[in-house]
Amino acid sequence: MNDKAPITASAAPTSGPASHAGPPRRLSLADATILRRAARDAFAKLHPLKMAANPVMFVVEAGAALLTILLIRGWWLGLPGNSFTFQIALWLWFTVLFANFAEAMAEARGKAQADSLRKTKSETLAKKLAGDRTESVPSSSLRAGDVVMCAAGDIIPGDGEVVEGIATVDESVITGESAPVIRESGGDRSAVTGGTKVLSDEIRVRITSNPGETFLDRMIALVEGAQRQKTPNEIALNILIAGLTLIFLLAVATLPPFAAFSVRAAGAGQVPSVVVLSALLVCLIPTTIGGLLSAIGIAGMDRVMQHNVLAMSGKAVEAAGDVNTLLLDKTGTITLGNRQAVEFLPAPGVTEAELADAAQLSSLADETPEGRSIVVLAKERCGLRGRELPGAAHFIPFSAYTRMSGVDMGRRRLRKGATEAVAEFVRQEGGTVPEDAIEVSRGISRSGGTPLVVADGPRLLGTVHLKDIVKGGMKERLAQLRAMGIRSVMITGDNPLTAAAIAQEAGVDDFLAQATPKDKLDYIRQEQAAGRLVAMTGDGTNDAPALAQADVGVAMNSGTMAAKEAGNMVDLDSNPTKLLEVVGIGKQLLMTRGALTTFSIANDVAKYFAIIPAMFAVIYPALRHLNVMRLATPQSAVLSAVIFNALIIIALIPLALRGVHYRPSSAATLLRRNLLIYGVGGLIVPFPGIWIIDVVVRALHWA
Amino acid sequence: MTFNGVAQIVIFFLIVLALAKPVGIFLSRVFNGHRTFLHPPLRWLEALCYRLGGVDPEQEQRWTQYAISLLAFSAVSFLFVYAIQRLQGFLPLNPQHFGGKQVSPDLAFNTAISFVTNTNWQSYAGETTLSYFVQMAALTVQNFVSAAAGVAMSVALIRGFARRESKTIGNFWADLTRATVYVFLPLSLLGALFLCSQGVIQTLRPNLPVRTVQGATQVIPGGPVASQEAIKMAGTNGGGFFNANSAHPFENPTPLTDYVEMLFIFVIPAGLAYMFGREVGDTRQGWALFAAMSALFLAGAFFCYHFEQRGNPLLARMGIATQATAGQPGGNMEGKEVRFGITDSALFATVTTDASCGAVNSMHDSFTPLGGMVPLVNMLTGEVIFGGVGAGLKGMLLFAILAVFIAGLMVGRTPEYVGKKIEQKEVKLAMVALIAAAASILVFTALSSVLRFPAHGYWNPPGPTAANVANPGPHGFSEILYAYASTTGNNGSAFAGLNTNTPWYNLTLGLAMFIGRFIFLLPLLGIAGSLAAKKRLAVTSGTFPTHGPLFVSLLIGTVILVAALTFFPALSLGPIAEHYLLFSRHAMAAVKP
Repeated sequence: MNDKAPITASAAPTSGPASHAGPPRRLSLADATILRRAARDAFAKLHPLKMAANPVMFVVEAGAALLTILLIRGWWLGLPGNSFTFQIALWLWFTVLFANFAEAMAEARGKAQADSLRKTKSETLAKKLAGDRTESVPSSSLRAGDVVMCAAGDIIPGDGEVVEGIATVDESVITGESAPVIRESGGDRSAVTGGTKVLSDEIRVRITSNPGETFLDRMIALVEGAQRQKTPNEIALNILIAGLTLIFLLAVATLPPFAAFSVRAAGAGQVPSVVVLSALLVCLIPTTIGGLLSAIGIAGMDRVMQHNVLAMSGKAVEAAGDVNTLLLDKTGTITLGNRQAVEFLPAPGVTEAELADAAQLSSLADETPEGRSIVVLAKERCGLRGRELPGAAHFIPFSAYTRMSGVDMGRRRLRKGATEAVAEFVRQEGGTVPEDAIEVSRGISRSGGTPLVVADGPRLLGTVHLKDIVKGGMKERLAQLRAMGIRSVMITGDNPLTAAAIAQEAGVDDFLAQATPKDKLDYIRQEQAAGRLVAMTGDGTNDAPALAQADVGVAMNSGTMAAKEAGNMVDLDSNPTKLLEVVGIGKQLLMTRGALTTFSIANDVAKYFAIIPAMFAVIYPALRHLNVMRLATPQSAVLSAVIFNALIIIALIPLALRGVHYRPSSAATLLRRNLLIYGVGGLIVPFPGIWIIDVVVRALHWA
Repeated sequence: MTFNGVAQIVIFFLIVLALAKPVGIFLSRVFNGHRTFLHPPLRWLEALCYRLGGVDPEQEQRWTQYAISLLAFSAVSFLFVYAIQRLQGFLPLNPQHFGGKQVSPDLAFNTAISFVTNTNWQSYAGETTLSYFVQMAALTVQNFVSAAAGVAMSVALIRGFARRESKTIGNFWADLTRATVYVFLPLSLLGALFLCSQGVIQTLRPNLPVRTVQGATQVIPGGPVASQEAIKMAGTNGGGFFNANSAHPFENPTPLTDYVEMLFIFVIPAGLAYMFGREVGDTRQGWALFAAMSALFLAGAFFCYHFEQRGNPLLARMGIATQATAGQPGGNMEGKEVRFGITDSALFATVTTDASCGAVNSMHDSFTPLGGMVPLVNMLTGEVIFGGVGAGLKGMLLFAILAVFIAGLMVGRTPEYVGKKIEQKEVKLAMVALIAAAASILVFTALSSVLRFPAHGYWNPPGPTAANVANPGPHGFSEILYAYASTTGNNGSAFAGLNTNTPWYNLTLGLAMFIGRFIFLLPLLGIAGSLAAKKRLAVTSGTFPTHGPLFVSLLIGTVILVAALTFFPALSLGPIAEHYLLFSRHAMAAVKP
């Protein structure tokens, strides 16, 4: 993983300005450039029109502005109490700035990445086909439907599909992966992306997107957050905290009349000042979550990108957290991509060494993974190694017609392949096929493996057991998913017998054997009708309908354009297992929001105990009993609460950007844990927090 | 606290617990149109109502149609009650010859809204203001139908959770009829007969002047009391026939009737909680709500009982025995009936404000500051603790939605409650309801704390609205806060000590009742409509569990936190300040032992 340079930030810290073009570098949380940029943006975001999008922080800014005006008026008229007003106003401004800073931090990382992506989007000349000849045109003039030539060393001028030829392409600009990939016409590897570079050979590409709508453009927009729309859940949460803000506004606005009644009744004290009331309001409204909400969302998208997955919308990331059913392709996701030889089963009268020898010889020239695994197994089991085929050997490749491969060495004809095909070969050579060997083959099939029968001319030597190898740790991960209430379903083209065996070994909850694209689509619909949300991965054009139907569809970057268009995420590494991480990130995003909201609201209790006695003890001295924190003076109490309120935002920025700690477990466990930390914790923490600040404030003689 | 007192509260709770399930099953069958044991004797009446009203009970309504039906029904009821009061002088059954003089337009407005919204706030004394005809034809009728409408709304909300991908939430007229015919009619008939057997009066004869032993003349009031009393409790109306309400011996003569009246208040709300679980297909969900309600109820009852039994420290300092003994109840007996004592008074105060009933068997104004804060806080939480007929369940579901929305995110999924996703629309409507209630209580209390009208003017003859309180100081503030909390919560109980029969108070208290009923509850019907249209999500181990002790505590926490955050400043200037004043050394020193 470390040799890759993902387009977005990750944990490894680097420093220094991003001066070089090419693949973007890793960016750490505390990168100096990012901090500088974020600090600058925090001030730019003070613009009231920008603040209006966030009702909670808008109220804080309005309060800060009001107090600033009062302060100027106080200085002008030489009124008393200016120093207190000054300090409260200052801390209210800090509160707004800290919240802006959090959002700017989250955005700055994306912006820095967008900048380096943009550098790769240099203007190139394209060789456009016009009739028989090519003409050089700027890449920005290309329209969908144009066909261009790309030779070795050319930058592909736009997104498109290979219509002719085969080439190796360097896609590191997009994926950060330096190993070249093969792109060829027809099939599922025909899509090319603008900005990538042809390394060898020559291809003709039909352009599929207009300028400004290319994959790279979309990617820039996404990482930059330019098209960031609030997700449904974020909007709902915003409504909740705006509503709470309104309730607190009512609670604070009705205080002066209540106090006026009490002042008259008690014949002592006075109605709280505007400064104190503003301070109370800011302390009560949920500034912690209000200030960090958008940063959490942006950071969540960012985390998805750190995994080299491009989410087309924040909604998709949220939906990933809700998923109940995962459709996982067997090959490449649950099992290693290829079958491997695990056992030699010699026919009666044949030794294992003899079988291994023949199998290895027949596989030496076989470059398929299965062939290689036979060579390796023979080496391991029988110590056969470092062998060369004699020069006269003639390799017979596998074909769908013969269903065998092998080698001819003089008169010796070695074959390996499907049971019936090899049996037929043996009979033609004049040999007999022992019934036992056929039975062994059947047994292997039943257990989910693939039998490969080996023959040396008329002699049937035995069977090689090829097996799907379930990826290490897969069973544990699927068990974790189950604990979280997520069902895993394996999709495979294998027959039901084979599929059942692998499903059991991998520990998936269900499987879909001999699956056609339509089967997949039907399965998704059926799950959705039962009230479940479905996620899947896919790469082929025939996956597109299912990808579009699924609630979360992750398309492989190596796949076709149709698949990428249909899904709502693209995995740049083309690693189907990534789906599991994406689900985790979606959950973490929602958990972070919930945790900080709970924390923010729970905090208010302590603030009441700081400010209410400070306001009302002058009216009813008996209310000093409510001053459970024993704060020194009314001024220091109010100031300490406001300072705590501002500092908690700064303190929680790392949590908002990184997300709360997340380990897959059942909802009940997660709830108990988070409720304890953020609910009960949020209730308790401010008491010592405000008390300590009060001690400091007193020591510094601020109030 | 005494063993006897604790036992009374616990036994009361156990009876409610035992009744919840059978009543819930019965309600569930009634509102699904299934046969119950009451169908053979009463089916004809239900059918007659439909025929007279031209209603097809099978005709399902969308939430908007349901809401319009409710509003139309309430509007007509309002006009009817208003007109009958103003015209009582021309109507029969008026042996005391009351006329329009006793019922001013603003009082009639207030009373009409009050009974239509199931609040039964009374700015008047019934026995000296209203004729028997008004009490029976206008008020008692509303006691039935406004309660039935409240139950109907709860049933509609339950359907919202229970149905899947449905555009409709039932038929208002059918729900209204079924609630009246199968629930309130039989219950109040039974109740009235029982009350009569215990000595509650039921007569149409005029008041009876008698000569007392000392030779003075005393007027013994009469009236059809028992028939109104039963429905007053079962319908959580609370509007007494007499000014003294359930403290009056003709309304509530014995400790037994007292106990039964309290059970009448809780029985339907407790049943509705069970019905909720049954309808959504998981009775544990209903029990979870019931558990949260029970915990809050018991906490309130014991808190109130504790402070009442502890009594007034100033009396103790003066050498007056306030300890409970075999011969006397001890504690704070001011404003309490001797036949009920401390426990039953504290319990009654808790029950009547947990539910939006508002009947009283003791004067809440005379409770100790923190003892009296219990009924106040019960109403400020929105009366979700069992609640009035239906109103409590609706409020509790509102808090459940909020709790699930905030905490549900913490399990990493879009929040869902009993299989329904809680999204923008639900949150928005829930916040509208919450803000409306908070605004009504806070803004009206604020206005009434400081407004000054010209003395002897129309709006408020005493002049400043704060001058209407009997006790200045924090207690006076509590009186104003209590009045608006009670009306907004559609409770109707009075802290007393506040003269509210002036145009200003009649109008604003009337508006508070309107807001509390319609602006608070209509959004909940909207939520019902929105939820009914949604799919039901499959339950997995990743689903936020909403039936265990964890959720119950979360729900309790949400109820308390929301109320505390909204009203703590107000409470600190009322009962809390009064409590510290009463127990402070300063106050103690003022009383010479």
